[in-house]
Amino acid sequence: MTNYDIAVIGGGNAALCAAMTAAEAGAKVLILETAPKAYRGGNSRHTRNFRCMHTGPLGPLVEDYSEEEYFADLLKVTGGKTDEHLARLAIRTSEECLPWMQDHGVHFQPSLSGTLSLARTNAFFMGGGKSLVNAYYRTAESLGVDVIYEAAVTHLELDGDRIAWVDYTHEGASHRIEPKSVVVASGGFQADTEWLTRAWGEPAKNFLIRGTPYNRGVVLADLLDQGVESVGDPTQCHAVAIDGRAPKYDGGIVTRLDCVPFSIVVNKDAERFYDEGEDVWPKRYAIWGRLVAAQPDQVGYVIIDAKSLELFMPSVFPPLKADTLEELAGMMDLPAGKLRATVDEFNAACGDTSAFHPTELDGVATTGIEPPKTNWARPITKPPFYGYSLRTGVTFTYLGLKVDDNAQCRTAAGPIKNLWAAGETMAGSILGQGYLAGFGMTIGTVFGRIAGREAAAYAN
Amino acid sequence: MQTDLIQEARRQAEICNACRYCEGYCSVFPALHAERAFSDGDITQLANLCHNCRGCYYACQYTAPHEFDLNLPKALAEVRRDSWESFAWPQPLARRFHTHGGAIALALVVGFALLFWAIRAIGSAGGEGFYAVLSHNAMVAIFAPAFLLPLVSIFVSLRRYWASVEGQSIRLSDITAAFGRAATMKDLAAGHGDGCNFEDEDRFSHGRRYAHQAVMYGFLLCFASTSVATIMHYGFGLHAPYPLLSLPKLFGISGGVLLVLGCASMVSLKMKSDRQLGDANAWGGDIGFILLLGFVGLSGLVLYVLGSTALMPALMAIHLGSVLAFFLLTPFTKMAHGFYRLTALIRDAQRKRPADSIDASAVANRT
Repeated sequence: MTNYDIAVIGGGNAALCAAMTAAEAGAKVLILETAPKAYRGGNSRHTRNFRCMHTGPLGPLVEDYSEEEYFADLLKVTGGKTDEHLARLAIRTSEECLPWMQDHGVHFQPSLSGTLSLARTNAFFMGGGKSLVNAYYRTAESLGVDVIYEAAVTHLELDGDRIAWVDYTHEGASHRIEPKSVVVASGGFQADTEWLTRAWGEPAKNFLIRGTPYNRGVVLADLLDQGVESVGDPTQCHAVAIDGRAPKYDGGIVTRLDCVPFSIVVNKDAERFYDEGEDVWPKRYAIWGRLVAAQPDQVGYVIIDAKSLELFMPSVFPPLKADTLEELAGMMDLPAGKLRATVDEFNAACGDTSAFHPTELDGVATTGIEPPKTNWARPITKPPFYGYSLRTGVTFTYLGLKVDDNAQCRTAAGPIKNLWAAGETMAGSILGQGYLAGFGMTIGTVFGRIAGREAAAYAN
Repeated sequence: MQTDLIQEARRQAEICNACRYCEGYCSVFPALHAERAFSDGDITQLANLCHNCRGCYYACQYTAPHEFDLNLPKALAEVRRDSWESFAWPQPLARRFHTHGGAIALALVVGFALLFWAIRAIGSAGGEGFYAVLSHNAMVAIFAPAFLLPLVSIFVSLRRYWASVEGQSIRLSDITAAFGRAATMKDLAAGHGDGCNFEDEDRFSHGRRYAHQAVMYGFLLCFASTSVATIMHYGFGLHAPYPLLSLPKLFGISGGVLLVLGCASMVSLKMKSDRQLGDANAWGGDIGFILLLGFVGLSGLVLYVLGSTALMPALMAIHLGSVLAFFLLTPFTKMAHGFYRLTALIRDAQRKRPADSIDASAVANRT
């Protein structure tokens, strides 16, 4: 068997960026991807864009997006829970990444219909993340990188300040390799429901996983058990509220619901619990996962009327539809009388709606109810009525490996000489809480390239 | 039309409309994303806009083994063929050839036989060159109806199509936009210009686009050759045989070479491609049609090269027999796709007109 300079654990964006960079530096690289080929690419296969700093138009991006504005956006969503040094490194480096991505086969396209608000900040992949992953695998293979699918890494042997070997299973047999360098880019642990339940408690069993079922945190747990330093809180993750009918895993983008700002959202007791109109949806979708997780049975119900049906992008499952609220309540197993009372109370609190504007903060608010609805508050009156159920959809967990500027991992005794981490498995360093659309791909690309560069330099 | 095929395409289109990642690839997605619900006519129109480049399939996060099981190129290919068969006229011939390569071969043999019979039964009226074998008037008597009847049939079919996709009154700008896109096969280049995913999974390649251009321009050159010769014959009294440096010969030879190379390349690409990403039932019919078209070009070239030998009468019967079969089958084989594609592109150009210029009547019809 070939002696590899570098083993890259994982097969998504960060892993591929590391593998290509290392191979271009002359290293012999092996990618160990736990998923079968059809599901290769981890969560990257579900992504759609890359948040990118730029001065002047760049690729598909218009106008400017400065480091300061980008960092300010990050501070807003994380509530300040970030590592400023690493965050700024990711932000600053993102600008040189975009042309590098194009050179490695990625095609961009203009901002998608329905996402015009992102045309300045987020570069969309033509065909989405799976096409990016396909292009990177093609490029990596042309650079001589070997890929083994369905290769499940079970153990990295930490011997003092270096990784001595990597154990993995493939086609029912156990294998051991001794690469000079190891890059871990195998994501979070969100697909391991037991781990999620240990962190979150019983409610986690009702969570849906938006992405790959293969990110079970096996390597992460193995390294943490051996004293590799971690960062982040196990209860923090990128979680959004998605259609309750979504599959347990891999539902991806089509299960999202954009109708919350035009709705009222109630829990299973038919009570409202949060201001549905707090801000435009791209700035609020990432908090609703946790809001729904805090409700009984971790479920919410969105109610809209006929006025609002065409104000948001369609999603994969059609809404439940009924001519009366009572009938809709029956279809959703909600207490009909209570729902009627909640809607009546909400409707009575609505005022002048003539300033209603679906794409701007219009200030059309309720008065005298708790919680208030501070924008887009129109009474729910025009049949037919429509309803969706909401559940918490976890994208990825933030507990991960602590890294430095060079993406290098460490123990309490100091840096591990030949171990680097990139992507979701170290994103918790930068994302302490909250999420900024397209930033996961930025972290993966920036730190993937750094990890590849450093791993190759060490191996050479 | 078959409701199960339309329903499956609709199911998939609704998932695509919630995702939109493929918006930049081709004409299908902007048209799809402009709707919230899809009528049968909408699905038929999307199907005829699709060029089966497969870019969306390989980029798709929801293909099998995912439970959503998307395969939009296949779903649209099946609706597309069903639309051609459903709109074809006369109906008894509609479903005989798209899925039956053998029937195309049989038609070719019948074409040969008819020509051999015509040569024996009618023969020459004392002309020279090819007319020494079959008189000019006899050729016209056979080929004028063989050319015109299929055009009438296509016209009837396209009117049915136009009604089903709720087409509006056509403007010149719709037609120029459509022809511009067809001339460059822009939709086979993908939005990024690197081509389609056809013969080697997700690798982008211009192979299919170039092969198709060779077939299309080769065919058009051959057609131009015959048209020019007709004009020279009736307009200027210049009768065949023509010298090498004449328009009919220059068009015919270059067109024939392009047609043969294009068809050979197309068959080779098709053999390498994954049949499950297209209309698998039409595979044989498609191959049969491409081989027939390539045979028309090849037999024409052979006839040119060996035209002064003793083989000429037989070669002429074979070539004209293939041309006859090709013409008569036009409405019922893959050849129909060109007419439908142009019509769909004209309809799409109407969709993309600035909102203020949409016919008031059409708006009224939609509400």
